[in-house]
Amino acid sequence: MSDKREGSVIGINGNMVAVRFEDRVMQNEVAYIQRGEESLKAEVIRVRGKRADLQVFEDTSGVKVNDRVEFSGELLSVELGPGLLTQVFDGLQNPLPELAQQHGFFLKRGVYLPALDLQAQWEFTPKSKRGDKVRSGDKLGSVPEGIFEHWIMVPFRFQNEILEVVEVAQKGKYKIRDVIAKVKDTAGKVHEVTMYQTWPVKVPITAYAQKLKPVDPMVTKIRIIDTLVPVALGGTFCTPGPFGAGKTVLQHLLSRHAEVDIVVIAACGERAGEVVEVLREFPKLHDPRTGKTLMERTIIICNTSSMPVAARESSVYTAVTLAEYYRQMGLNVLLLADSTSRWAQAMREMSGRLEEIPGEEAFPAYLESRIASFYERAGLVQLRNGETGSITIGGSVSPAGGNFEEPVTQGTLKVVGAFHGLSRARSDARRYPAIDPLDSWSKYSSFIDAGKIQKAVSILRKGSNIGQMMKVVGEEGTSMDDFVVYLKAEFFDSVYLQQNAFDKVDEYTPKERQVYVFDRLVQVLEAPFNFKHKDEARRSFQDLRQRFINWNSAEFESGDFKQMEKGIFEKIGH
Amino acid sequence: MQKVYNEIIQIAGDVITVEAEDVAYRELAQIRTAQGTSLAQVIRMDGAKVSLQVLAGSRGISTNDRVMFLKRPMQVSISDDLLGRVFDGSGQPRDNGPVLQERMTEIGGPSVNPAKRVIPRKMVRTGIPMIDVFNTLVESQKLPIFSIAGEPYNPLLARIAMQAEVDMIILGGMGLKYDDYLFFKDTFEEHGALSRSVLFIHTASDPTVECLLVPDMCLAVAEQFALQGKRVLVLLTDMTNFADAMKEIAITMEQIPSNRGYPGDLYSQLAARYEKAVDFDGAGSITVLAVTTMPGDDVTHPVPDNTGYITEGQFYLKGGHIEPFGSLSRLKQQVNGDTRPDHRAIMDRMIQLFADYRSTLEKKALGFQMSAWDEKLLKYGKRFEEELMSLSVNIPLEEALDLGWRILSDIFDPEETGIKDALVKKYWKK
Repeated sequence: MSDKREGSVIGINGNMVAVRFEDRVMQNEVAYIQRGEESLKAEVIRVRGKRADLQVFEDTSGVKVNDRVEFSGELLSVELGPGLLTQVFDGLQNPLPELAQQHGFFLKRGVYLPALDLQAQWEFTPKSKRGDKVRSGDKLGSVPEGIFEHWIMVPFRFQNEILEVVEVAQKGKYKIRDVIAKVKDTAGKVHEVTMYQTWPVKVPITAYAQKLKPVDPMVTKIRIIDTLVPVALGGTFCTPGPFGAGKTVLQHLLSRHAEVDIVVIAACGERAGEVVEVLREFPKLHDPRTGKTLMERTIIICNTSSMPVAARESSVYTAVTLAEYYRQMGLNVLLLADSTSRWAQAMREMSGRLEEIPGEEAFPAYLESRIASFYERAGLVQLRNGETGSITIGGSVSPAGGNFEEPVTQGTLKVVGAFHGLSRARSDARRYPAIDPLDSWSKYSSFIDAGKIQKAVSILRKGSNIGQMMKVVGEEGTSMDDFVVYLKAEFFDSVYLQQNAFDKVDEYTPKERQVYVFDRLVQVLEAPFNFKHKDEARRSFQDLRQRFINWNSAEFESGDFKQMEKGIFEKIGH
Repeated sequence: MQKVYNEIIQIAGDVITVEAEDVAYRELAQIRTAQGTSLAQVIRMDGAKVSLQVLAGSRGISTNDRVMFLKRPMQVSISDDLLGRVFDGSGQPRDNGPVLQERMTEIGGPSVNPAKRVIPRKMVRTGIPMIDVFNTLVESQKLPIFSIAGEPYNPLLARIAMQAEVDMIILGGMGLKYDDYLFFKDTFEEHGALSRSVLFIHTASDPTVECLLVPDMCLAVAEQFALQGKRVLVLLTDMTNFADAMKEIAITMEQIPSNRGYPGDLYSQLAARYEKAVDFDGAGSITVLAVTTMPGDDVTHPVPDNTGYITEGQFYLKGGHIEPFGSLSRLKQQVNGDTRPDHRAIMDRMIQLFADYRSTLEKKALGFQMSAWDEKLLKYGKRFEEELMSLSVNIPLEEALDLGWRILSDIFDPEETGIKDALVKKYWKK
């Protein structure tokens, strides 16, 4: 089917190019601007009369009026198939390591490579037979991809149509473009199925039976999150914070330690250096759950701040589409988008060039609905074979001036299930992770007993109020009882809510340890203390804190661990 | 033969519009006016109408002045002849040296493939404890100095540049006071650094638009030398002037402003420059130190705010010293684990205690009784400010760490510091 049409450039403003066309164009179709030898990828984003406005995914320097434009007839799509894991793509799914091999240090514009390795051989095992009735997303066979069984599915484009399997390839090695099955539709037409398929990024993949309510907690091994503001598998959360509050560090910790099958990292409009850390370190980091490196479960979509803005806009869609693909195989996927504000800004830049009537802070009026539809692509789903898979989406937000009242933060808070608000005050005081324990919230439940959490939080809240009060009335105006509550709250904060990301043991706390330690901690918080002087009380808690911090660095259930524990509880008379 | 257009159909702000054919986006043009010639750059095309930003400003341009398109984008010459030279914002010599034509290279090139970057691992020693101990500067880092007008940010910039061990220094001045330009030049000369430096200077008295190209020129030169294996330090002062020049053009072009008049792509524009800081896999590096003045000491002003989200931390210069709160080096973790085992502990605890000192100061100001603990904190804070924070201190990292232990040991008991026992045993000064 050749659906290629042409047009010519009539105007250029930054990365927006206006094109006059003769025949017809389709909204959101991909077009290529021909500039000499180069061919620059673009997407139709508005049509008025015979004039189409295109956002160009490349730098437009050197483009001239009357340059030829080719419309492809296809929506912006990604390739789905074995070999996506461990890859590093840009926002348009160009594999960056291959680009580097072919073109060196810089991202040469107009170069587009196939996302998947065409030559790689995959060991295919058929899982269906001639005569089977199948629908999109059903398993025809599988190939091993690293530690996972990668399903080769009926292409999603068949939607709900019932098809009949006419032929399935035998067990053996195939390349991704080899035909591994043939299916017949209701009209009797036979379609060939390969190991890869394409899918438009802005359309959700919904080849599952139903969406379920996310309930089970996703263990992050970050104590403050798991205990106070947990996230469910299939849920959504956001992490707004001013610059320097530790959004990215927190996302890196999540990408390392969260108990999920696959992590998709969308580095969207942020620093290249941060991606490089992941890129260079993950292949060396050991994943205790699988025994392999972390890279084996990771896909990186990286469209950093100096890369073309329009590709930044599409990068989050690329990321979520890849996540959806693996969810269809019954896997739990965590998508981390850093930062959704940059994505929103990309929309704002485009909207400005289109001279649309601006909304608040010049963001386009459709900002909130775009944010909502992005987060709605998360979720726990039941597949047609009864298995479940999930996508959990965590987006960081970079509010201008650290002010949460701005449109992106507000638009995000409306649609997410958990809010991890980072505070400047906490990061200035080096209290990491700088999630504000009292302002943040979650609609999901923790694996720790709710009653105990309640007790600890009430002490935290009371302690914070007393702390505020003490700034007005001074220590001398505070009763000993109140002072002890204040010290207990500070203690809870510094030994449990804060976590040292640079300590080998304290960096992550597995579920069992959290349950155990929290239990012990609540005992300390509930223990009666009798002090004569406030200085004595302070000294006593400083000592307790010190012991607890040392305890945090000891291997769980090791000799040291037990000995330190004994020391702490002897001290408070338990 | 080059075509010459002599009908300017619109002049608004520093942007002129002509009707022309076969013009490329971002192409350069030359305008000849009664005052002389100026370069201009294509910034928008609509049909045959081509809008250009005039680097020398539009004052004195008449509607029948001659516009000639040069068939090339903005370029800069790359050769060792650049060293020791001073140029203006459009790349013309500001000293009496010759115009350079060799190996002309486009400025504002594509961004580096992240796959060709490596994790930076080399500390840049400055001799300033507030940097070396608490916010270590790392080679290939991009870091601004946030400052209000009147703070000694240019001397600080020059001091770091002179102490840093780099192969090459490139200074980009935007809206630089003439005195400051001379200050940099003299300092470089005094330290014998001029022969390994290149200066692109736009002074406060030059046309505003001319400063728009300064960062791109500096970074294009830096990039080419870094590719040859050189370790290059780029100093940019002051990026707020650069942002203001962009704002001026954006408003003239009737772009919808996003925040306090700045264009919606301010973040992307700043990022395109700062992200040139790089440690190449198998070649040299570029470290970028910039000054961002904050109007009204307001860190939420769009320029410092957007900058903070782009750069790898910031030094916050206030009251003549680098403020411990608000200052941050995001890359310090890459290097401070390999300096000395106590580096991180000292860094964290001394700052936490300093934060406690600040709140005690508040309590004291309100007239509350000082507890024994408060008294200790007051003593600690005073010594911290005098012995570590003052910009006059110039000591190597190891000495600064020892000094930190000395201060802690003089004032506190070990358990009051919250430092792990193993380190206390090794470093505590009895």
